[in-house]
Amino acid sequence: MFKIINQIFKNGILSDVAPLPDEALRITTQQLHANILNTFGRALAIRHIDAGSCNGCELEIHALGNAYYNIEGLGIKFVASPRHADLLLVTGPVSKHMETALKRSYAATPEPKLVVAVGDCGCDGGIFGESYASCGRVANVIPVDIAVPGCPPAPTALLQGILTAITLPKT
Amino acid sequence: MNSLNAANIEIPGAVKAWHTSVDAPRWLSQCRQVHDDGGRLVALWGSDEREHNAGFAVHCALATREGLLWLTLPLDAQHPAYPDISVIFPVAARMQRAVYDLLGLHAADAADQRKWLRHAAWPDGQFPLRKDFVASLQTDAANDDYPFVHVSGDGVHEIPVGPVHAGTIEPGHFRFSVVGERVLRLEERLGYAHKGIEKRFEALSLTQGARLAGRISGDSTVAYAWAYAMAVESVTNATVPQRALWLRALFLERERIANHLGDLGYLGGDAALSFGFTQFWILKEQMLHLNKALFGHRYLMDCVIPGGVAADVSAADAAQLMRETDALEQTVKTLHAIYDEHAGVQDRFLTTGIVTPALAAQLGLVGLAGRASAQAWDLRAQRPCAPYHELDMRMATHRNGDVAARVSVRFEEITESLRLIRRILTLIPEGPARSGFPPAAPRALGVGWIEGWRGEVLVALHTNDIGGIARLHAHDPSWQNWPLLEHAVIGNIVPDFPLINKSFNLSYSGHDV
Repeated sequence: MFKIINQIFKNGILSDVAPLPDEALRITTQQLHANILNTFGRALAIRHIDAGSCNGCELEIHALGNAYYNIEGLGIKFVASPRHADLLLVTGPVSKHMETALKRSYAATPEPKLVVAVGDCGCDGGIFGESYASCGRVANVIPVDIAVPGCPPAPTALLQGILTAITLPKT
Repeated sequence: MNSLNAANIEIPGAVKAWHTSVDAPRWLSQCRQVHDDGGRLVALWGSDEREHNAGFAVHCALATREGLLWLTLPLDAQHPAYPDISVIFPVAARMQRAVYDLLGLHAADAADQRKWLRHAAWPDGQFPLRKDFVASLQTDAANDDYPFVHVSGDGVHEIPVGPVHAGTIEPGHFRFSVVGERVLRLEERLGYAHKGIEKRFEALSLTQGARLAGRISGDSTVAYAWAYAMAVESVTNATVPQRALWLRALFLERERIANHLGDLGYLGGDAALSFGFTQFWILKEQMLHLNKALFGHRYLMDCVIPGGVAADVSAADAAQLMRETDALEQTVKTLHAIYDEHAGVQDRFLTTGIVTPALAAQLGLVGLAGRASAQAWDLRAQRPCAPYHELDMRMATHRNGDVAARVSVRFEEITESLRLIRRILTLIPEGPARSGFPPAAPRALGVGWIEGWRGEVLVALHTNDIGGIARLHAHDPSWQNWPLLEHAVIGNIVPDFPLINKSFNLSYSGHDV
């Protein structure tokens, strides 16, 4: 036990300051009322869906949970089912074989819901494009609120995309 | 062994490899001979040769004592069928099913004829990797029936999991048959991440292909990019600057360490020691920070390119890497002791998810999971390409085959990779880090074979009449190891599945391509 406590103290607190929302990342705006967003507040439940990615984006989504980005410290948590989620974090390209599962997951997510498409492939199909096996970008399959480019997008960019999604557009 | 005879043509390049065309009886006898001599099946794939009035062909890559043996069996255009080799190499079963799905080549007499990679994206009777298949074909995602094996009996019930999992995991489906909490049987269904990568390669130039190769399985981007570069350098007879090879090894070892650190963290977390997750992910993040600062990408994507590398290290960078290596070694040692002495963690790790050495040998387990089940095989030790032939790599092995053994192998491999990195930084030759590569020979074959962190990655490349990509087959070690996961969970409790699964950490994208 002493070794564990010693190691924890040696590291101290490493968390970075969270980034500010970025309006440039917004591509569509769902009709969400300010009070609903207030209800989300900063206790946001995210369901991640890998709709066919190369697993590069997943590496960065995992990294969101480390001490540096500390996503749970912001009151944002990943949940085990779309039925528990406010926001779907979707990586792509959406493979044909995941099209149905993604649509069903979207349908199972309670309203109001937000979708953040992740990575170059989630944004525009990326290097895989559209083909017999790939539907391309996430917005080709379900409505998308925010798209975060990058291959893969760094955790800070992901966090920025998520924070942008839950902040009302400036009027 | 005399698998190498006059009919074998040596394939140029960094991999010691030979190619030979065989007829059906020799297809079987060669496989049998390699098997009986302790060899293994590395990969199996097909190709459409009808543009050359030659029907189809099925290919396999065998690991023999001397090196890699690439067999090609030409097949009739009207009735493309070949002898089943899953009776010799059980691991061939799913590969043969995939070859049918993608090319319509039929493994005659194979016991399992169900589809494998195909769900509903294209209909049966159409085959995406045939040259006359239209890559933009759109079909309705119609009914996708798949005959799972059903287990019946008193108190047996099924738990279907996926393709959307509870955690941040790639898509796949697991069908558990359980009694109470105990697993009687697990059946995997994969193919959800199939996105037509091999077809996509055929529309890219050799240079463009490097980027796609680095995205077959993102967590193994260096391994794939290197294997791809090797295959390109093989068909172009390119000379790669020495310094580039040493830098590739530096990147590959950094990739190995980063993945092991992440998985060791999750394994602690899955055993309810969240301290482990926090600590290991601090170390991993620090490595990624340094990758970004020195090489421009957190995961080193696009750092390995045909002809060399796209990033170099200065003397100051090398000094910084040395300091990081020393600090990392110290902390990993501390954390290793904590894991070893933690009764709760050891209780979950020990005797969980066992793959016995005998089963591992029979079914062909590879990579780090193989080494944890006494399969003493590591390309860096047994088939060292430059610069590994000068590094005297020490392989980590274990006999118990449980989660604890796979954890031990990962710890030992981190230590060894840190030692290799020190050697690389000390011995790396001066000079350029990249060069161009000449045009590829027409209708040539090239091969790349690299020990990634998960296991051996193979890239087989066929060029067309003008030296472009006619066919590219990328093989992930997960093909070998997924079937063993089904065995590893038998008799364990369902809540231990995430722990067992993470101890293997297999690739879905690399398997489904």
